[in-house]
Formats: sequence, structure tokens, C-alpha cells
Amino acid sequence: MRQLFLILLCIGFGCMLSAQQIHLIDREWINSMRSNKTNDTIYVINFWATWCKPCVAELPYFEQLHKQTQDKKIKVVLVSNDTKKALTDKLPQFIAEKQIQSKVLFMNETNANEWIELLNKNWSGAIPATWIIKPNEQRELFHEGELTFEELTKLINQLNKQ
Amino acid sequence: MKKTYAIAAFYLFIATAAFKFPGQYGYKIGDNAIDFTLKNVDENKVSLADYKNAKGFIVIFTCNHCPFSQAYEQRIIDLHKKYEPKGFPVIAINPNDKDREPDDSFENMQKLAKEKNYPFAYLYDETQEIAKAYGATRTPHVFILQKSKKGNLVKYIGAIDDNYEDASAAKEKYAEQAVDALLSGKSITTAQTKAIGCGIKWKKQ
Repeated sequence: MRQLFLILLCIGFGCMLSAQQIHLIDREWINSMRSNKTNDTIYVINFWATWCKPCVAELPYFEQLHKQTQDKKIKVVLVSNDTKKALTDKLPQFIAEKQIQSKVLFMNETNANEWIELLNKNWSGAIPATWIIKPNEQRELFHEGELTFEELTKLINQLNKQ
Repeated sequence: MKKTYAIAAFYLFIATAAFKFPGQYGYKIGDNAIDFTLKNVDENKVSLADYKNAKGFIVIFTCNHCPFSQAYEQRIIDLHKKYEPKGFPVIAINPNDKDREPDDSFENMQKLAKEKNYPFAYLYDETQEIAKAYGATRTPHVFILQKSKKGNLVKYIGAIDDNYEDASAAKEKYAEQAVDALLSGKSITTAQTKAIGCGIKWKKQ
């Protein structure tokens, strides 16, 4: 009900500006990514926020990857860690202004302590951070900190060679 | 021969430096935390050893610019007001590189401390050595220390509570629970937590 309310609020106030609808996710999404054993797509999942300068600085690399890999089995997902308040204005505005093409999801969790641990034990919670996963082969890797486009493609190759 | 050792040591240094990534260095629960001497916003140098009557410290790596730090600002002030009289003052440390984040320059720290009337020391870790030694990776990042004969022992590492957006909705006040446990001689239930935060702006090499 609360989610529905947020979505309605979102449509009312700012989502119309953005080309895409922002779906809310929680820790269950992390589990579902791992348990989808028939999915042979590589997911490149970036954890970011509109307020995080280094995150915003590296977004173009993820967008570039998204554009270059549309016909391949690589999918870029941007998981926003903005505040719930930003979900109705700042986030959709940002997506519209920057014309973000990659899929944007919103981490709808308040207790970060639990989902951060679930995602990766070595992650301190600092963003930006990037999670690359190939569900059908149960392979994944995690990077805390910024990335250049070269580093990002290197990580994807690394996962392929694992 | 000496030269060979020196070269070997150099390569070892490079190798370890190259493989270190956030979370791998720094303190674990029970470690002895080093003291430091850092410049406070009032221009005086501050060390943990200066706090003769303290029973311990709530060391918080935080800064000006980060929205998470801003969201916790009042809670950090409240922590100090509640626990400083009980022997656990807050020591706030800004570890960010001012070239990468001009909002976090020493001058801007002074402005913020004045504006918000910070009742605690707000120190500038200009070389970032203390943040590295402690293993701080984000702001805010809390390290609760307890004074002992062996030194200042790390008793809690992590977040202030479990809800950054809304202090009144926080179910677990981790930092308070940790200090309360130390004050009453009990063991800390949750000694380590994680939270989303702004990655520390390390100097570009």
C-alpha cells in the first residue's frame, strides 16, 4: 500500500519528466538475482545516488556500456540509494535531465546493515560500488569505489574468465 | 646485499599497496587504536590523551559535504551531549581531500562548526593517515573506543543507528547501545554494522 502510494505520488509530481519508471526493490531482489539459474545475462549493477559526486562522475561509463551492449547479453542496472524524498522529485528529475537510458531501480530499504552484508561481506557501504553477476553460472564479483570505462570492461572480462 | 633487501622490501611494499582495497586494512573489534594529534577547528591540536577523565571515545569520521553526514549531524551533537558527561565524548574527524571536495576544507569545517555550534572537537585529518589506520571508508563511520591499561581498545565499528533518513524511526541505536553496554560493563550485542555512506575522498595519487 505504501509503495503504491509512493508510486502514485511519484507519477503525480515528477516522474512524468523522466522517460522511465523507477521500480522499488529491497533485499529480496538481491536473492532473486542470485537464484535465477536459467538467466545467462551478465548484470552490471551500480550502486549510486544523485548526491554522490563520484557516482555521478562515473555514470557516463555505465551509460556508454549500456549503449554498446544493447545487442549483447549484458545489462546495466543503476540502483539508486537516494532518500525516499528524492524519489518523488530529485531522482526522476536527474534521470530526465541526464537522459539516463540504463534501467534505474530504487533501494527501498532503511536498514542498510542487513542488505549490504547480504550483497557482499567485504563491502563497507561506501558508494559508488559495482556488482557484476552472471546468474546461471553463479558467478559474481564486487568492486567498492569508482571505476573508469576501461576498469569496468576489465571487470566484466574478469568475470567471464572466472 | 643490503641493496637486494631494500629492493625486495620496496617491491613487497608496492605489492601490498596495490592489493589493498577498502575494508581490508584498518581495525577489527578488540584492536588497540592509535592516538593522534590533529588540528581542531579552534586551531588547537587535539589528541585522545588530552582527555584525561574520559572512559573512552566516540570517534566519528564525518565531513561537511556528505548528505549522510548532514542527516546525522544533529544525532552526532546529541550523542556528545548525552555521553560526554558520562565519559565518552564525540571526536569528529574529517578525512576528505579538500582538492576533491572543497566543501570539506579546514576553513569550511570551521564555518560549519561555528554555525552548528559543535560542542565536540572537529578535527582535520589532512594527511588521511588516521582514517587509513582506523580503516574508515565512508562518512559517517563510527569507532567506539574504550580506555584500558593496554590503550584505547576498539569496541564498536559502524553506523550510528539503522535509519539515516529519520532519527525517530530508528529501531536500533547501535552507537548508543554500544556505549551503554560499555558503561554498564556488559558485552556489546551488535559490535559491527554497515551503512550506505559517502566514500572517503582519498587524495589522487
